[in-house]
Amino acid sequence: MACQVAEEFAWADLAANLSHTVIDVRNAVKQYGTGESSIFALNGVSIQIQSGEYVAIMGPSGSGKSTLMNILGALDIMTSGKYFLDGIEVSSLDENALSVVRGRKIGFIFQSFNLIPRTTALSNVELPLAYQGIKSEERKKRALKALEVVGLSDRIDHEPTELSGGQQQRVAVARALATRPSLLLADEPTGALDSKSTHDLLDLFDQINQAGRTVVVITHEQDVADRAKRIIRMRDGKIVSDEINSRRAS
Amino acid sequence: MNVLEIIRFAIRGLSVNRMRSALTTLGIMIGVMSVIVLIAVGNGSSKAVQSSLDRLGTNSIQIRSGVRGFGGGGFASARSRNGNNNTKQLTIADAQALMNPIQAPDIKQVAPIANANATCVNGSSTSTPATFSGTWPAYFEASNNPVEKGAYFSNEDVVQGRRVAVIGKTTQTELFGNDSAIGQTIRCGGIPFTVIGITSTKGSSGFQDGDSLFLAPITVVQNSITGYGSVSSIIVEAKSSKTTDAAQTEIQTIMDARHKITNTNNRDYQLFNQASLLTTAASSNKVFTVLLGAVAAISLLVGGIGITNIMLVTVVERTREIGIRKAIGAPKRVIMFQFLVEATILSLVGGLLGVIGGFIGSNFTIVGVKPIIVPASVLLAFGVSILIGVFFGGYPASRAASLRPIEALRHE
Repeated sequence: MACQVAEEFAWADLAANLSHTVIDVRNAVKQYGTGESSIFALNGVSIQIQSGEYVAIMGPSGSGKSTLMNILGALDIMTSGKYFLDGIEVSSLDENALSVVRGRKIGFIFQSFNLIPRTTALSNVELPLAYQGIKSEERKKRALKALEVVGLSDRIDHEPTELSGGQQQRVAVARALATRPSLLLADEPTGALDSKSTHDLLDLFDQINQAGRTVVVITHEQDVADRAKRIIRMRDGKIVSDEINSRRAS
Repeated sequence: MNVLEIIRFAIRGLSVNRMRSALTTLGIMIGVMSVIVLIAVGNGSSKAVQSSLDRLGTNSIQIRSGVRGFGGGGFASARSRNGNNNTKQLTIADAQALMNPIQAPDIKQVAPIANANATCVNGSSTSTPATFSGTWPAYFEASNNPVEKGAYFSNEDVVQGRRVAVIGKTTQTELFGNDSAIGQTIRCGGIPFTVIGITSTKGSSGFQDGDSLFLAPITVVQNSITGYGSVSSIIVEAKSSKTTDAAQTEIQTIMDARHKITNTNNRDYQLFNQASLLTTAASSNKVFTVLLGAVAAISLLVGGIGITNIMLVTVVERTREIGIRKAIGAPKRVIMFQFLVEATILSLVGGLLGVIGGFIGSNFTIVGVKPIIVPASVLLAFGVSILIGVFFGGYPASRAASLRPIEALRHE
């Protein structure tokens, strides 16, 4: 399966091999409210992530990791600071350009899968490609390939409610991969999965990363973080540690 | 992302909640249908007035004796002011005086009418014509009452006092059934008449059956039934519908002189211009049509508000879905367009069904009126229904598109 991933995304690997900075966040601040009662969800966070890295961002709830994820995913705007994604200054883009960035640069995987209800797996995977204006024939080919990569070729006509949690999450991974994004961004991807599905999903992440894609996982589970090559720990809106994962087997 | 694909998204969005989509469509459908049908009913009734106007003959003016006044008080005061208690009746001499090409160049022809009530008998069948009149041959044209079968009676018949008659279809059927009446003899008021003609179907003019008709030379009717003296009315035909007003003035000039009228407010005769009476009826009909249209338009508006309501509910219900779509790269305008297309499809389908329903509904006779569809009303109703979709769908659509992805995703 790793071989297939490598094949499908070979062109992306070329870019990945010329190692460059995918994420460059400088002094990010996210403030809710003003004055005395204001809360800093992010209080001066700076991160650089190179292409091909596999990073886990850890922290207890309220540490600001979800806020950071939203900002990395261009879903939310910072109060101050700068954010470059693949060299593009995301923090200065307008709504329209942001939707293009979300579609082309970022593949999202959410805790609650977030598939479009009453829509087949294939259509779900095709959707981001449709928004990019890719022709239906090419779209279908790429979507089928992505579903093959996640091992769901026999489930393409199933709607989300007809799939198990693990299968739904794999559809979400296929959807994220179909656009060949610079960055795979997963927010608590295993939070709603049993241990078997969790294991399968993390194996899939490993393969995707081995094929050269940058993966960022946000989690509070140690065993999920252990699979990453680098672990960033957060507390109270600040980074408290940022180190190479010594416990990783490879 | 092409338009076709967005339309496909929209159709999928609508098909998810079929019941709701169907009910919303129904609202618009009823609106469009009622606009078309109600305007058709209004139009149908004014067309009916129009055709009875055509039947009556637009050029004819009727003269009847009597003082113009508002109620009994007016009548009494008019008499006392004139100091003359004998209102002068209309006579055949009046009718003859009106046939004056020099004084009355706009009058084509004149016919005095002597009305009577008489029952006609043929063997065991009887019939009491609603109109039983003695008149001149000019009457047929002036009252737009042509003979369909047989012949008119002539001026010579009038002069000679021949007992001949022209009857209407209803009278013929009552007396003869399906047999031919021409050449048969009937007794009316005890006098035998030979039927020489049958008038063409006139239809009902609201109060009475225009085909329940008996017409004979005025000399015979006066001689044997009403007696010589005054006539009931005089019918005057103007040369064309444009000269009706001029003819009316000429009638007044001649009649005022003959009846020695000094105060034109106290004439002892009245003029009835049937065309103007019916024009009044037609214009009140127009008001009626506008009223019906307004009621229907309100129901169309209510249908439109229904679309807004449903679309707003849909947006709230699908907030999370909108968030997902935005997170995977849907541009604002695509989201906006999708919701706008959903609303437009609802109103378009509703509009189309409404037009079909309108055409079907207009085939039925509604409260005695045969509806006649006004093509403009169909276009208007259909156009308005689509505009309603765009207009009332626009607000929910822009609300959906303006949702911030992070907030939309958090929505449960």
